[in-house]
Amino acid sequence: MSARAAEGSLATTWLAPLVALLIAAIVGDILILSFGQAPGEVYRLLIEGTWGNAYGLGQVLYKATTLTFTGLAVALGLRAGLFNIGAEGQLAAGGFAAAMAGLLLPAGVPAILAVPFCMVAAAAGGGVVGAVPGALKARFGASEVIVTIMLNFVVLALLNWIVAANLHVGESLHTPTINAGALPRLSEVAPGFHGSAANATIILAIATAAAVGWFLFRTRAGYDLRATGLQPDAAEYGGINVGREHFRAMTMAGALAGLGGVNFVLGYKQYYEEGFAAGAGFLGIAVALVGRNHPAGVPLAALLFATISQGGLAVNAIVPKQMVEVLTAVVIIAVAVTVPEVQRLLASTARRVTS
Amino acid sequence: MSAEPKARGQGPEARGTAESRVTSHESRFLVATGIRKSFGAVEANRNANLEVARGEIHALVGENGAGKSTLMRILAGLHEPDAGKVELDGKDVTGWSTRQAIDAGVGMVHQHFMLVPTLTVAENLVLGREPRRGVRLDRATASAEVTALGRRTGLVVEPDRLVSELSVGEAQRVEVLKVLWRGARLLILDEPTAVLSPPEVKDLWAVLRRLTAEGSTVVLITHKLDEVMEISDTVTVMRAGETVGRTATRDASPSAIARMMVGRDVVLAGAQGAPVGSEVRGPRSEAVPPGRESRVTSHAVLAVDHLTVPAGRGGNAVSDVSFEVAPGEIFGIAGVEGNGQSELVEAIAGLRSVSSGTIKLGPRDITRLGVRERGDAGLSHIPEDRHRRGLVLDYSIADNLILGRQHRFTRRGVLDRRGIASHGAEQVKAFDVRPADPSLLAGTLSGGNQQKVVIAREMGREFSALLASQPTRGVDVGAIEFIHARIRAAAAIGRGVLLVSADLVEVLALSDRVAVMYEGRFVCVLPRAQASAEILGPYMTGLEGRVAAGGGA
Repeated sequence: MSARAAEGSLATTWLAPLVALLIAAIVGDILILSFGQAPGEVYRLLIEGTWGNAYGLGQVLYKATTLTFTGLAVALGLRAGLFNIGAEGQLAAGGFAAAMAGLLLPAGVPAILAVPFCMVAAAAGGGVVGAVPGALKARFGASEVIVTIMLNFVVLALLNWIVAANLHVGESLHTPTINAGALPRLSEVAPGFHGSAANATIILAIATAAAVGWFLFRTRAGYDLRATGLQPDAAEYGGINVGREHFRAMTMAGALAGLGGVNFVLGYKQYYEEGFAAGAGFLGIAVALVGRNHPAGVPLAALLFATISQGGLAVNAIVPKQMVEVLTAVVIIAVAVTVPEVQRLLASTARRVTS
Repeated sequence: MSAEPKARGQGPEARGTAESRVTSHESRFLVATGIRKSFGAVEANRNANLEVARGEIHALVGENGAGKSTLMRILAGLHEPDAGKVELDGKDVTGWSTRQAIDAGVGMVHQHFMLVPTLTVAENLVLGREPRRGVRLDRATASAEVTALGRRTGLVVEPDRLVSELSVGEAQRVEVLKVLWRGARLLILDEPTAVLSPPEVKDLWAVLRRLTAEGSTVVLITHKLDEVMEISDTVTVMRAGETVGRTATRDASPSAIARMMVGRDVVLAGAQGAPVGSEVRGPRSEAVPPGRESRVTSHAVLAVDHLTVPAGRGGNAVSDVSFEVAPGEIFGIAGVEGNGQSELVEAIAGLRSVSSGTIKLGPRDITRLGVRERGDAGLSHIPEDRHRRGLVLDYSIADNLILGRQHRFTRRGVLDRRGIASHGAEQVKAFDVRPADPSLLAGTLSGGNQQKVVIAREMGREFSALLASQPTRGVDVGAIEFIHARIRAAAAIGRGVLLVSADLVEVLALSDRVAVMYEGRFVCVLPRAQASAEILGPYMTGLEGRVAAGGGA
């Protein structure tokens, strides 16, 4: 009874992710040593290539921006008790919708109108993809895990077909450049970031994380959503329509992931390109878990994974960059075994699957 | 067979046999002195002492949160005490491990079962110490040994059945067997009867008596005083982490123990001073005060008409039930659990769909309304399972106090945090929830205080009818008294109460009218004055009233 009181304190909240990182660092050391390199040297290169210079930092921020959106998409689902594995497809659909919106607008539409329009399109594109598993879950009780996984294939293949068949430019796999709605790069304000993809979407990411936090903890809809995730029976008893919450949560999660498409399409390339998501949707799962499904933790976790990812390129000269992918996997596994929420989640999923 | 009344009727004789058993033991088997244990800021044990003699059944009683379980977990090696000393057979064993405790013959049966549902009884028992043939589990030997152990102790469970197929009572027998299998000489049982039906309780007592007769020692955690009186030889009372008394059961009266538990006088449901375990009830419940029935005059606040509720797996959980609850009336539904009471209450609350019939709240037909609309219309509901339904355990007390009424604490979609906090503070105070901090998570509270939060939410607002399902299950004496007083007070100001309880004593103590539910039907409906355990017992067990249809108010 009283043991529960100790839980949730600050130390225990962040202790588990820190232990996970420590485990990852130890495994990383062993890997590096196995390549005949000095861990200290590799880590020094890794930090230098990421946080050590403006370009590296810009790339980290760019990657972290997309990961913040997909991490929030997974975290919001988990808060409602749903495992959203579909952020990859949602992200792609959002990027595609943003590009379509940007192509639809005539050139010369002022940014103040064009940017919000494209953003709404991105959220809507991702939202539709998220709404499908939400509706199937609410109506038929279909497992959102399976539906979202399958939907990733459907959405990615469909978008590839549309682009390849109708919209691509020349020999490329991308659409034409959008007419309006481009976002400025960070290098326009701080020239040091020159060459990096970091752009104004980062502001949207921070604002979105704050908005999700406000939504979850300050609104009635957030209260209903969290109650549904924690104890569906109690939520039902409290007059909350559990099915509707599931639908709503998945739609919002899809919209969040879809907004992530803004980063690439409006902020970086100004077109949709096949495969731009590049696993950021799946990495969002790890981001959400390490960030403890908290809107404040998710951006920090996104920075961590973005650093590892960018750092992999920096150390490529002395160790293969796949080593960094292994390291990412180790972080995920270490989190899975140390974070109590994840353990609870896995246990309940296992129960659902076996029963 | 009406096990419940019989079991209760045994009170005096049981104490007689206890007396003869008490004489035989002088040896101090287990001694814990000055135990102190804190979890963060919470001091679970301050000065806990316990002295258990060999071969006795020792009851450890106290309110929820008194520190009983913590003390037991220290004895079983699950926690290490911050201070104090534990001795077993004269040897200092303070701070030992669970492994050492098991090896020394101390076994604990937990409140929540720790069995693997997909394994058989025998496999569960031998788990960790399997007899092997080569690398394979020797099933035949395991089953044979389990059968032999069962025969020796009277704990009969078929060894080859899956645990998931067992009833709660059988699962508990497996838990006890598991501890015995590991060679326990001292059994610690943490509220073993919380989940058992009266006949199963009786069986458990028989097993415990047999075990002690063979030289085992039993420590029983409970907060049911009738159990203490019936089964124990010695009783130790804890309050707020401290041991406040120890006495031979034969020298104690239930009211004296209750006083020690809560630190003040307690009006037990039924009669003050009379042994709770006895069939003789005091005047409060024996004769219905004339004022109560005359209150029942105006139109029904809750009317259920020919209600049929389908069961999950085909068939009907509730078949053609009709009744009315008048303003100021407490209508009690008795019956062995699983006869459709839960489904009936959930259907009225809007949590379960009905296949036919109507439900009216006052003049309004609420049969098709959602849960929230029913609440807004004036229906309150204390659900039977507060952990699953009644509370979001990871929400604060204040947040739980608005569950179901969150729309009333919202302005343009935004939660009124200040309003929620002040509402929480008020309710916590009005309903004496302890600790009185509305920002604590509901899951950190003791069972009794969790139930007070539910009661505060459902009764601390305007309502015309109250569904009270197992309102005092698993809560301590002090909280039972409080909850009963609240229910009576609600009826006194004209609210209608539908009370469902597996505890016949509770139904008889509170109700103006009593119905018995059996296999989804009302098999009898009687005014309180005509009802008694003897009369209702045969209906509850299906011996009578099989043909009586529908019931009716």
